[in-house]
Amino acid sequence: MASPRKSCIQREDRSPASVNVDGLSKTYGQQEVLRDVSFKVEPGEIFVIMGPSGSGKSVLLRHIAGLEVPTRGALDINGLSPTEPETRNQFALALVFQSGALLNSLSVYNNLSLYPHEHQLCSKKEIHDRVMRALQILSIEHAAKKMPAELSGGMRKRVAIARALVMEPQLMLYDEPTSELDPIMAATIAEIIATLREEYAVTSIVVSHDRDLSLTIADRVALMQNGQIHSIAPPAEYRQATDPLITEFLNPQINLQNPRFKTLEATS
Amino acid sequence: MTRINNFFEAFGAGVIMTWRAFAMLPAAPRILKRIAEQGFLIGYTSMPIIAILCFFIGSVLAIQAGISLREFGAKEFIGALVGASMARELGPVMVAIILAGRVGSAVTAELASMRVNSEIDALTTMNIPPERLLVLPRLLAVILVMPVLTMMANLVGWFGGAIVCEYVDFIGLSANEFFRNLQAYMKFSDVTDGLIKAEIFGIVVMIISCNTGLRTRGGPREIGLAVTKAVVLSLIAILTLDYFITKLLA
Ligand SMILES: Nc1ncnc2c1ncn2[C@@H]1O[C@H](COP(=O)(O)OP(=O)(O)O)[C@@H](O)[C@H]1O
Ligand SMILES: [Mg+2]
Repeated sequence: MASPRKSCIQREDRSPASVNVDGLSKTYGQQEVLRDVSFKVEPGEIFVIMGPSGSGKSVLLRHIAGLEVPTRGALDINGLSPTEPETRNQFALALVFQSGALLNSLSVYNNLSLYPHEHQLCSKKEIHDRVMRALQILSIEHAAKKMPAELSGGMRKRVAIARALVMEPQLMLYDEPTSELDPIMAATIAEIIATLREEYAVTSIVVSHDRDLSLTIADRVALMQNGQIHSIAPPAEYRQATDPLITEFLNPQINLQNPRFKTLEATS
Repeated sequence: MTRINNFFEAFGAGVIMTWRAFAMLPAAPRILKRIAEQGFLIGYTSMPIIAILCFFIGSVLAIQAGISLREFGAKEFIGALVGASMARELGPVMVAIILAGRVGSAVTAELASMRVNSEIDALTTMNIPPERLLVLPRLLAVILVMPVLTMMANLVGWFGGAIVCEYVDFIGLSANEFFRNLQAYMKFSDVTDGLIKAEIFGIVVMIISCNTGLRTRGGPREIGLAVTKAVVLSLIAILTLDYFITKLLA
């Protein structure tokens, strides 16, 4: 692994994080959203989670980010529980939310500079350079002065990714980073995720529906189904899989004679 | 039963939030700009409506006092009556009510929508406590601004009383006499007690508004409900506290 780039963000421990999820279950009211989820993500790995919508991927990411408390089971990052406030001082993680979750009262520039500014990590000039570089990487430097409300969904997503880049985290969590993006931008995001590992030495967990992205950049892919992990394997094994659930998810067939509509017509 | 539970849960969360915010006080010099912004928002923009309201409250007080005191031939005491009522009671309470309706509602709506849009979650993952970024500047701003607003409310109210005395025929007291009487019978503590009250009201309204906003879960509907809840709670708190503080200061 290449040595991390020189940076004004100084941390005692700059090594990529390892994530250990053990028997994680989450219940909202009556609904069991996560059921006995277990996996390990190695330092520096790119771990992609795929699965139909509603299968609990976002909830899983929120647990890893320490935003939810498990009903049962445990998880740790470098041996530390992510819900403990102390943990957040030990290392940095960034979560790229599905919606972007930009601070609406701040301009794009201030959204990006918030983290180094609030933690007094860099000089004003250094912050400026970092912010502009992150905006350039995602080709949104023209939007620096705009407010989040003035951006399209795809741009908001890119700003959210840029905001995470500025943080230089040891663990990056992406929630569907390429949804709402055109194919070219989606490819760029895939490149960024892959490059980050070399440049910043970061562990990445990516939730994505994007089959090409997942199978290209992932070290391992997990398929989720109804709050459970269906399978975890390197991309190559998914390409050759014969399991109908995997093949159907990776290569959905568009059936113009879908019987679903026939029944609708019959009832109306 | 769950309602009572919810209330105590919210109360506890409010205490913790306030504690955390004030524990970040050493960071205050770094957030001067944000405090100033909030102070401007809370203070400057509330001034016109406070002025209009308190002018008329002072006037009405003077008319009512005029009607009652005329019967006893003691109309020269209108100054003392309007002066003390405004400073001890109506000034602080009116400013607090306007704060709850104008500023508190906006704060609750803003923080609730930040919660609903995951902005607060984003701050948490960035290890930036919302108490420092969002609550502390508002609390400090309200602490700075309340005495100013209340003093202004008092002055405008007195002025309204004086105008009524001068121009309403059946009272027939000159503005000069009004202010002379006000000065003669009002104690310094009338004003300072009122300012203490206003300060407490302001802090409580801001705590309720921030806490209700940050505790919101759900979607747009819940944001609306949170705003209503914060305003109603604030009004109840203002009037209940008013009784107890008045009793304590008496
Ligand atoms: N805060 C919540 N309260 C109740 N149910 C929730 C909550 N968050 C998610 N869910 C439920 O959990 C399930 C999984 O959601 P999610 O993780 O967002 O799915 P996805 O895999 O598409 O990201 C959904 O059925 C959703 O309704
Ligand atoms: Mg999701």
